[in-house]
Amino acid sequence: MKNKPAGLYIHVPFCLSKCAYCSFYSSSSLHLIDEFTKSIPREMAFYKNIFPSFDTIYIGGGTPSLLSVAQVHDILLAIHFNFQIHLQAEITMEVNPGDASQDYLQQLRALGINRINIGIQSFDDTLLKFLGRRHSARSALAAVEAARAAGFENLGMDFIYGVSGQTMDSWKQTLKTAVDLCAEHLSCYQLSLDKKTPLHQRYLTEGLSLLTEDQALDYFLTTSQVLTDAGYTHYEVSNFARTDSLKSRHNMKYWCHTPYLGLGPAAHTFLDHQRWWNKSSVEAYLKSIAGEMKPQEGFEKLSLEQLRLEAWFLGMRTKDGIDLAQFKTSYGCDLLTDKKPIIDELIRNRLVELTERHLHPTLAGMAVADSLALI
Amino acid sequence: MENIRNFSIIAHIDHGKSTLADRLIQFTGVCNERNFQDQMLDNMDIERERGITIKSNAISLPYRAKDGKDYILNLIDTPGHVDFSYEVSRSLASCEGVLLLIDAAQGVQAQTLANLYLAMEHNLEIIPIINKIDLPSADIDRVLEEMDSELGLDPDTHIKCSAKEGIGIEEILDAIIERIPPPAGDSSNPLAALIFDAHYDSFRGTIIHCRIFEGTVKNGDIIRFMHNNATYKVEEVGHFLLTRTKREKLSAGDVGYIIAGVKTVADVRTGDTITNHDRPCISPLPGFKEVKPVVFASIYPIASDDYQDLADSLEKYKLNDASFIYEKDSSAALGQGFRCGFLGLLHLDIVQERLEREYDLSIILSVPSVRYRFTLKDGKVIYVDNPTHYPDPAEIEKGEEPYIRAAMMLPERYLGTVMKLCMEKRGVNSNLSYTGPGRAELSYEMPLAEVIFDFYDRFKSVTQGYGSFDYDIIDYRESNLVLMDILVNGEKVDALSQIIHRDRARSRGLLACERLKDEIPRQMFKIAIQGAIGGEIIARSTISAFRKDVTAKCYGGDISRKRKLLEKQKAGKKRMKMIGSVSIPQSAFLAVLKSDND
Repeated sequence: MKNKPAGLYIHVPFCLSKCAYCSFYSSSSLHLIDEFTKSIPREMAFYKNIFPSFDTIYIGGGTPSLLSVAQVHDILLAIHFNFQIHLQAEITMEVNPGDASQDYLQQLRALGINRINIGIQSFDDTLLKFLGRRHSARSALAAVEAARAAGFENLGMDFIYGVSGQTMDSWKQTLKTAVDLCAEHLSCYQLSLDKKTPLHQRYLTEGLSLLTEDQALDYFLTTSQVLTDAGYTHYEVSNFARTDSLKSRHNMKYWCHTPYLGLGPAAHTFLDHQRWWNKSSVEAYLKSIAGEMKPQEGFEKLSLEQLRLEAWFLGMRTKDGIDLAQFKTSYGCDLLTDKKPIIDELIRNRLVELTERHLHPTLAGMAVADSLALI
Repeated sequence: MENIRNFSIIAHIDHGKSTLADRLIQFTGVCNERNFQDQMLDNMDIERERGITIKSNAISLPYRAKDGKDYILNLIDTPGHVDFSYEVSRSLASCEGVLLLIDAAQGVQAQTLANLYLAMEHNLEIIPIINKIDLPSADIDRVLEEMDSELGLDPDTHIKCSAKEGIGIEEILDAIIERIPPPAGDSSNPLAALIFDAHYDSFRGTIIHCRIFEGTVKNGDIIRFMHNNATYKVEEVGHFLLTRTKREKLSAGDVGYIIAGVKTVADVRTGDTITNHDRPCISPLPGFKEVKPVVFASIYPIASDDYQDLADSLEKYKLNDASFIYEKDSSAALGQGFRCGFLGLLHLDIVQERLEREYDLSIILSVPSVRYRFTLKDGKVIYVDNPTHYPDPAEIEKGEEPYIRAAMMLPERYLGTVMKLCMEKRGVNSNLSYTGPGRAELSYEMPLAEVIFDFYDRFKSVTQGYGSFDYDIIDYRESNLVLMDILVNGEKVDALSQIIHRDRARSRGLLACERLKDEIPRQMFKIAIQGAIGGEIIARSTISAFRKDVTAKCYGGDISRKRKLLEKQKAGKKRMKMIGSVSIPQSAFLAVLKSDND
């Protein structure tokens, strides 16, 4: 675990406006972006000795594409200055379709960004409006075209399904469009409503309903079927890659207990048995940095049992599942012995499968990963 | 002795017994406002919450009467459930009189009558009290008429009161002095004291609650329990004021406590007679009965790591509950545990609740059973109260189950439904008589197994609370018994097995399967629940699987949040027992017994 190369995450918490379904912290105080850009490198200095090198970098948000090319440049420069970055590193940036002009993308490419993740959500304008997105299906298509023209060969697209007003046909159409665009990577999330969000309020007042269990399963299986038929690998509950090498290497680190450093407001870091996270308000974050303080808000040291629980539930969300021998070495638990009756039952019910080294969820198992997590 | 009065308050539930006791305590000034709390005599949380009295309790109230003399009024509180009817009879045996409390709005009710009968059996002076006269719905004239026609009491003897408003309290106290006779007995006779309860004190050991009928007991005396001839040296005697108050001696007529180095309450039998070892009385006081458990069930810790905690807690609990017995037991499905005996299902409920509440244990109870008798082909006779020990059917010559005689008193209008209920419960040899206009006394002989499970609740429900019920065990009768097992996903759960009459097996099996289906939450895979006799499946139900649950994404910041949620859910699952691959909630084990008429 320790000698695996770590991942670096930069959180850009700014948004022009909040999407109706989003419950995460974001700030619309865009005038702070400049100070934020200058603070990130100062935060790096705190960690340059404990995280010497990275092989993935992920600039996420929020809306990172609110940063100017110069600001992205400064951040990347600071990264190279403070840390060793592998030559073949995966360097991703999230981009909003509305911000994705060919010129902007070309310059990002020139800075060394080699993977773009576009928050498309849907190719259906009615749904985009319902979700409170600022872009249209047309601008999403244009963004993809621009990214290709800018030379990006690794393109990820995010989608949401299970939205009120959506039909299975319209969802299949969206998937087909993504496949036709040769997306290297797709993330397909089932809509869930957080109580704090305006969309939740709207569902309540308009008497809208979420998917039933059967419908949700239907969408989940259809999504998997359509994309695997098109040659994609369904490698995590919500994630699909055109080939194994096109999986999101950065996100895989989260699911494999690989160390990662998170910089910026609200970002989480994991190292050995420790996890810590930054203050989530931009102002508080900037104040800490200005005062030469680490902007940390919380810290936890994970017990072996907690690590084991995390490794188990994360493993049950991924196609590769759990490497049994490694699990035993790392967490002191021989799953096949300690959990034999339940694992036998899960195998009998085809929710998990046993290969030579691995215990991994089947498609039906991934659909109930929250429950698998509880055994 | 002239200035002692021993009395009890009897009433239908909710007619205001605890409130009146509270007022008497306040009025006599034994307790100041600061120490006062409602339901003074119900010490346990569980009593206050359920509004029932489980243990007997006593308090001595010093009172200066109108005649200027000082009196000691001993109020003995009694439990109020059929499981504890023997304790009630011993408490009443310690009194000379009772306050019969009647709600001015509700009038005479089932337990009013049943309690009156009990008091009359003990030849007690009865003071009728009409309570809650402050209620707008109070109808005193009607209550007076009912007193005459239904209870056969002289309406002129009543006292009106409102315990809530404190009206009539002094009048009641004066009537206790004027109308209840002072205790008889002679302090110079050999000691004869009736034990009506005992409780455990972690500093002093067992505190014996008793009524002295003859003689005197004091510090240093050697006393003897007459049922087993055990002797003890008295360390302390005294009265129950708000707390125990030491006295030099207790003499004939007194109600109080004795501390004599008795280790556990199990060494003390309610109803036993205490005498002086050197100068014993000739015969014990009448009415002693050894109370035996009639319902048996096993208790297991949900987490097997908690076994030692459970063992320790049972040992402590037993110190204070003489009617509760237990011994080691083990189950293939549930691991190490204890087989326990109870007076009835309420008693079982109370033990379970107190273990969970006071000792913070998560436990599972197996399906309760009565004690069956089997004659084997080789002539051997064995008793079986644990379905796990059911003999090989090929070896059984004859099976028998315990029968009781149920005595019920109820308004005539409920006769039809009650008789139907009794027949449904395999009742035979009914006997019907009328105790007054519109009032019936009904008796049936019934298998105990039918009675303990849900009879009492259903009886109360079909008589809308107007019926009273009591029973005595009479004998064992031959019965066509079978062992019914429950299989969950093909795995036998021995704690759910029941010994049962063959004619009942199919319907009870179906009921158990349906109940379990309701109680066991859906899981990731289909669960089959089956009832079986030997290899034959007689009932089944299926719990379908749920097939989709995951929605949330899970990246860097989500992992801690997700783990904390899982930890919380896992803690919630601690009340579930994993049997094979299926999580069965604690509630499922008792639910199989609940009837479908609830």
